Amino acid sequence: MALIKDSTPAWLVLANGQVFQGKSFGAKGTVIGEVVFTTGMTAYQETLTDPSYYGQIVTQTFPLIGNYGVNSQDFESTQSYVSGYIVREWCNAPSNFRSEDSIDHFLKRLNIIGLWGIDTRCLTRMLREAGVMNGAITTEDPAGRMETLLTQIRAYSVRDAVKTVTGTETHTYTPENIKYRVVLLDFGYKRYIRKSLMNRGCEVIVVPANTTAEEIYALDPDGIMLSNGPGDPAEATEVIANIREIVKLGIPVFGICLGHQLTALAMGAKTEKLKYGHRGANQPVIDLASGKTYVTSQNHGYAVVGESLDPSVGEVSHINANDKTCEGIRYNSVNAFTVQFHPEAHGGPLDTAYLFDEFTGRMDAYKEGK
Amino acid sequence: MGLRKDIKKVLVIGSGPIVIGQAAEFDYAGAQACRALKQEGLEVVLINSNPATIMTDKAMADHIYIEPLTLDTVKRVIEIEKPDSVLSTLGGQTGLTLSMQLAAEGFLESHNVKLLGANPETIHKAEDRQAFKDTMEKIGEPCIPSKVVETVEDAVDFAGEISYPVIVRPAFTLGGTGGGIANNEEELRDIATNGLRLSPITQILVEKCISGWKEIEFEVIRDSKGNVITVCSMENFDPVGVHTGDSIVIAPAVTLSDREYQMLRTASLNIISELKVEGGCNCQFALHPESMEYAVIEVNPRVSRSSALASKATGYPIAKVATRIAIGYTLDEIINQVTGKTYACFEPALDYVVIKFPKWAFDKFVYAKRTLGTQMKATGEVMAIGTSFEQAMMKAVRSIELGVDSLNMKKFEEMTVDELLGHLRKGVEDERAFEVFALLKKGVSIEQIHEITLIDEWFLDKLLNLVELEQWLADGTLTEEKYLTAKQYGYLDSTIERMSGQKCPTHRNAVYKMVDTCAGEFKAETPYFYSTYDSENEARQFIDRTEKGKKKVIVFGSGPIRIGQGIEFDYCSVHCVWTLKELGYEAVICNNNPETVSTDFDTGDRLYFDPLTPEDVDNIIATEQPYGVVVQFGGQTAIKLTRHLSDCGVNILGTSADDIDAAEDRERFDELLEQCGIPRPQGYTVMTTSEAVVVAEKLGYPVLLRPSYVLGGQNMIIAHSRQDVEEYMEIITSHMIENPVLIDKYMMGTEVEVDAICDGKDFLIPGIMEHIERAGVHSGDSISIYPAQNLSKKVRETIIEYTKRLSLALHVVGLVNIQYVVYRGEVYVIEVNPRSSRTVPYISKVTGIPMVDIATKIMFGATLQELGYASGLYPEGDYVAVKVPVFSFEKLQDVDTMLGPEMKSTGECLGIGHSFEDALLKGLVAAGYDLKREGGVLISVRDSEKKEMIPIAEKFSRMGFDLYATSGTASYLNRNMIATNTVRKISEGSPNTIDLLESGKIHYMISTSAKGRMPARDSVKMRRKSIERSICSLTAVDTANALANVLLSGRSMDDVELVDITKI
Repeated sequence: MALIKDSTPAWLVLANGQVFQGKSFGAKGTVIGEVVFTTGMTAYQETLTDPSYYGQIVTQTFPLIGNYGVNSQDFESTQSYVSGYIVREWCNAPSNFRSEDSIDHFLKRLNIIGLWGIDTRCLTRMLREAGVMNGAITTEDPAGRMETLLTQIRAYSVRDAVKTVTGTETHTYTPENIKYRVVLLDFGYKRYIRKSLMNRGCEVIVVPANTTAEEIYALDPDGIMLSNGPGDPAEATEVIANIREIVKLGIPVFGICLGHQLTALAMGAKTEKLKYGHRGANQPVIDLASGKTYVTSQNHGYAVVGESLDPSVGEVSHINANDKTCEGIRYNSVNAFTVQFHPEAHGGPLDTAYLFDEFTGRMDAYKEGK
Repeated sequence: MGLRKDIKKVLVIGSGPIVIGQAAEFDYAGAQACRALKQEGLEVVLINSNPATIMTDKAMADHIYIEPLTLDTVKRVIEIEKPDSVLSTLGGQTGLTLSMQLAAEGFLESHNVKLLGANPETIHKAEDRQAFKDTMEKIGEPCIPSKVVETVEDAVDFAGEISYPVIVRPAFTLGGTGGGIANNEEELRDIATNGLRLSPITQILVEKCISGWKEIEFEVIRDSKGNVITVCSMENFDPVGVHTGDSIVIAPAVTLSDREYQMLRTASLNIISELKVEGGCNCQFALHPESMEYAVIEVNPRVSRSSALASKATGYPIAKVATRIAIGYTLDEIINQVTGKTYACFEPALDYVVIKFPKWAFDKFVYAKRTLGTQMKATGEVMAIGTSFEQAMMKAVRSIELGVDSLNMKKFEEMTVDELLGHLRKGVEDERAFEVFALLKKGVSIEQIHEITLIDEWFLDKLLNLVELEQWLADGTLTEEKYLTAKQYGYLDSTIERMSGQKCPTHRNAVYKMVDTCAGEFKAETPYFYSTYDSENEARQFIDRTEKGKKKVIVFGSGPIRIGQGIEFDYCSVHCVWTLKELGYEAVICNNNPETVSTDFDTGDRLYFDPLTPEDVDNIIATEQPYGVVVQFGGQTAIKLTRHLSDCGVNILGTSADDIDAAEDRERFDELLEQCGIPRPQGYTVMTTSEAVVVAEKLGYPVLLRPSYVLGGQNMIIAHSRQDVEEYMEIITSHMIENPVLIDKYMMGTEVEVDAICDGKDFLIPGIMEHIERAGVHSGDSISIYPAQNLSKKVRETIIEYTKRLSLALHVVGLVNIQYVVYRGEVYVIEVNPRSSRTVPYISKVTGIPMVDIATKIMFGATLQELGYASGLYPEGDYVAVKVPVFSFEKLQDVDTMLGPEMKSTGECLGIGHSFEDALLKGLVAAGYDLKREGGVLISVRDSEKKEMIPIAEKFSRMGFDLYATSGTASYLNRNMIATNTVRKISEGSPNTIDLLESGKIHYMISTSAKGRMPARDSVKMRRKSIERSICSLTAVDTANALANVLLSGRSMDDVELVDITKI
């Protein structure tokens, strides 16, 4: 393969009326979503299959995407949840020993509409200044139907995100040497959360998002994992109510990303929408206990308002070094700790994997006291 | 934690002269370090023997010693200045090794000096081969099977165990000096012998050769709290086997999946944490292209060439941050200057790609072995930033100044596929990327090229994109779509027109994007831009946003460091920028060299990191709309732009384009000299070999030959006979027949050099410099003395008068450099360069006259009189300064070390003393001459110089040296009552001169020959052998005489005073 000389035009129409004309790759058609950007320079495959991106049109700030192709090992879930995908340039001749497919073909296969060849830096700066905004990618010329399209775009919002991405069945994953049993609440979990647990000897029982405290208790777990997931956390009222009960079980709870936000909401704190979120593999987070800063992988548009947390309930354990937002909470009243970032990585740095060890430590203590 | 309370006064050790493997990047790092220390209110003491650096500038430190970087000298500086700390990790390997020696001896402790930046244990673990292996084993990081050995036999035994090919890496040598790949026992014995000798601790590493694996680097930073981050990943275009300094490098790594990337990133963090580095560190890995297997190649626990590149590639100032860490700060306390909001404890995200392309000196060293391996050979590099790999690559190839504007190279186009493939199979050479491109253009498959070169298919496919684009351009109408695609792929309009054979259908100016460390995530105010073809022009927005109503002035830099155009031009460019800022202008820098201070984003008001071709520069001008531009500080690279800029109506500040042309165009220059009544050596222009011979014989030998298209001594020789003329003409005409050759009468007189400043009316000569070596040795390779010691009053006055006439006749506004030869009492002009020169930094420093500042002010209308300077020669000071050239011959196999009209030195040192002898002594010591006062001297000189050798040989003999000479020289000396042992020539069988050089008996060799260059010649073999054996090799009788005088003076470094130049 080589030079891509001609391809069908495609457009990005933003809610503010801005139009970027580029070229089409992946599937064709029109799709509306919330346009966000991620600054990760690798891990496009993980990004595309991370359920937390549900309802979003993802822009990659790194200009060369698809260099190492797509393989069957690096998926974070079984499908892609992004609404659309924007890159500056995609690679039609990937080179990597694990590569099985090109990104274009992969997107076509999963029916994801892609756009390339636009000034992605200009778009990123626009999103940074104005905040995330809705938009549409379309392979049909928007000229002449802008009004209709804009109305649709502006009306769009990400709804029922968790309900959509969660599994409906319970699955059990067993490692070779079982040391712990963990129930993983699936809000749209990334596969590497499960793997990180299994690597530490956890038998992982993945259960649907709306599983109740009693149902979980019946599985007799040593720990409960609240996964990442998409959407506005405050919208998942049913799950929040469940968590309020789950934490009372006394079983160690570890929450990541959406799991962190939902726990905070269950414990009486508030969440807010960030202007343009944290998406990338270079977010510095300070562990307030040790004073050390860790580079973390992040993907979230909402954050817990640290000040809204009742100090008697818990304390902020991690903050973002850049904007000082809440990145983790250790609860005093219940046996739970949660983080906003992704210690499971994939993609991104593996530097905070120690949190899984903290989780198994809590499970050890719990088992001893049982 | 903040600044440590126990630090008040810090000694910074620089890296010394520019040599291959240790170049301007350490001036950049050192200058950043000094500034960071001064910002903290600390007192800074600096020692560096290199006078061309910015770090040795008064603005950078409180006390500055331009003194030899030897252990004894550094100790003396510590005793004089009594610093409480020494910063060890910013001065390259030189600075680090000295610091470690000071620590190991207990000197630092006994003088209450703290070692900042590194501790001996860290350095030991990183640099001692065995300790490093043990450390890696301990933390489970895989190394390549290897063994540290101290004898050749052990090397051979181990190679037998792990099987050939094996790589030999000597311990503690610069840029891998003395290393190499051995394919069999014979080769191993050769390389191991040499490597053991070059290693200061007689230790080499023999390791399994993993050529073909991907070479990946990470720049990592750690602080005392244990915070660790990676600044940048880099991937080599050339797989393992080519030194990273000689490899095309891409940042960030582009062919790694997140798994591979994170695996190596984590390994880097584990390594730096285990080594407990506090500051910057470079980790190099080899990654198997077909599996997750990797191995740690090397770790450098200090700032390096790679860290300079990573800093420029990301906008993250590694040296500055490393310095702050060394004095107590932690990463989470240091603000990210780029965003002003975020902290240094984060990892930069790039939204572009960067390509580093090395610059080699093979255009000067035609007989040098061009093969690339573990020994670095490049003298410099350029960096290019693009939104695509292709764009960055195209920018890189035109920045490197090879005379090409694309990857098409005529000599490869003309070769057949079989010839090209055959050549490619022989090994890696400097022009491999061009060769590969030619093959792709001829239809050879990526698979086949990959099989031979092992270059990743990803890179090859990108090159194929360029091939296809070029074919597309050549095919049919040049549409706007094609044009725009080509622009986005980095092609110039002129290239597009040539390739398509059509006029461009439209013209697009480039837009500029900001380098902001965060891929646009945060609002940044870094004035650091690169060009691309896109919708938004951030530079224009930035200019509008920050508009203060100041006039904008663009200063063009000097591009890659190469022999003949080095760091001194960066010194000048940076000084010009400082002065412009002081004068209230907005100073804009355009340059493409990542190693320099000029390309630090906070040197100027704005930085454009882009090529320096007419179109690239036009684009910057279109965005900046400057009041004027400055070309006279950026060497030939900037001067070359003058005509074009002037034609475009751009205001050239200083000497006009027409006057620059008058100095460069030979005919116009001759007319000018005639008008001024100034003589120059007689000369003619010829086209063919037969014409050349006729003219040469008319002028009488020796004659000087050079191509007309270059100044500065490139491809210049002195011919002593008809055969020399014929040999030369054959070489030169095989390259470029269309260019005439200049033949001048060669006058073997004293060479004198003058840098002057002129305001169009008055002129100022800060100092007259005299060269030790007579004319014929390139001025850059000569030992130069300020003030001139041996000129008669009349000659001196003539020089002043000629300088005045020339400056005024050329309407010089700013700097001018004039070279004279004094022959039989008469003064002749050799060359006039209406620009800054190599000697400006050193003359500025020793005379205290800020030449660039004055020149800049004059460009803006000031007069010398207003600035307080009288016309004429400035009064001489109390000190004598001697500039001694430094060469990198041990890195360049097969290069003849004989000095001649073509420049060969890569750097220089300065010696400053109250007398000429003291200054020269210092200069020689600084340049690495081991001034032994006993042992053997081997002499072999050409017939014409035998007579002159008598008094020199007599001096060595008188001092008790044993003299050896080849038969002709020996019998001549013996006949003249100087007892000399005769030694056989190489052709006369063993034992001969080579065996004698091998024996260790010889400390000095004086070798001149009528003929040189060809590696097969005896004299060249002897000179190469002496370089391999680190024997002091003198190739000009004048140098030998000067050295003999220094030895004869009986003075040593202990007898000479150290000078703080801030007190001059």
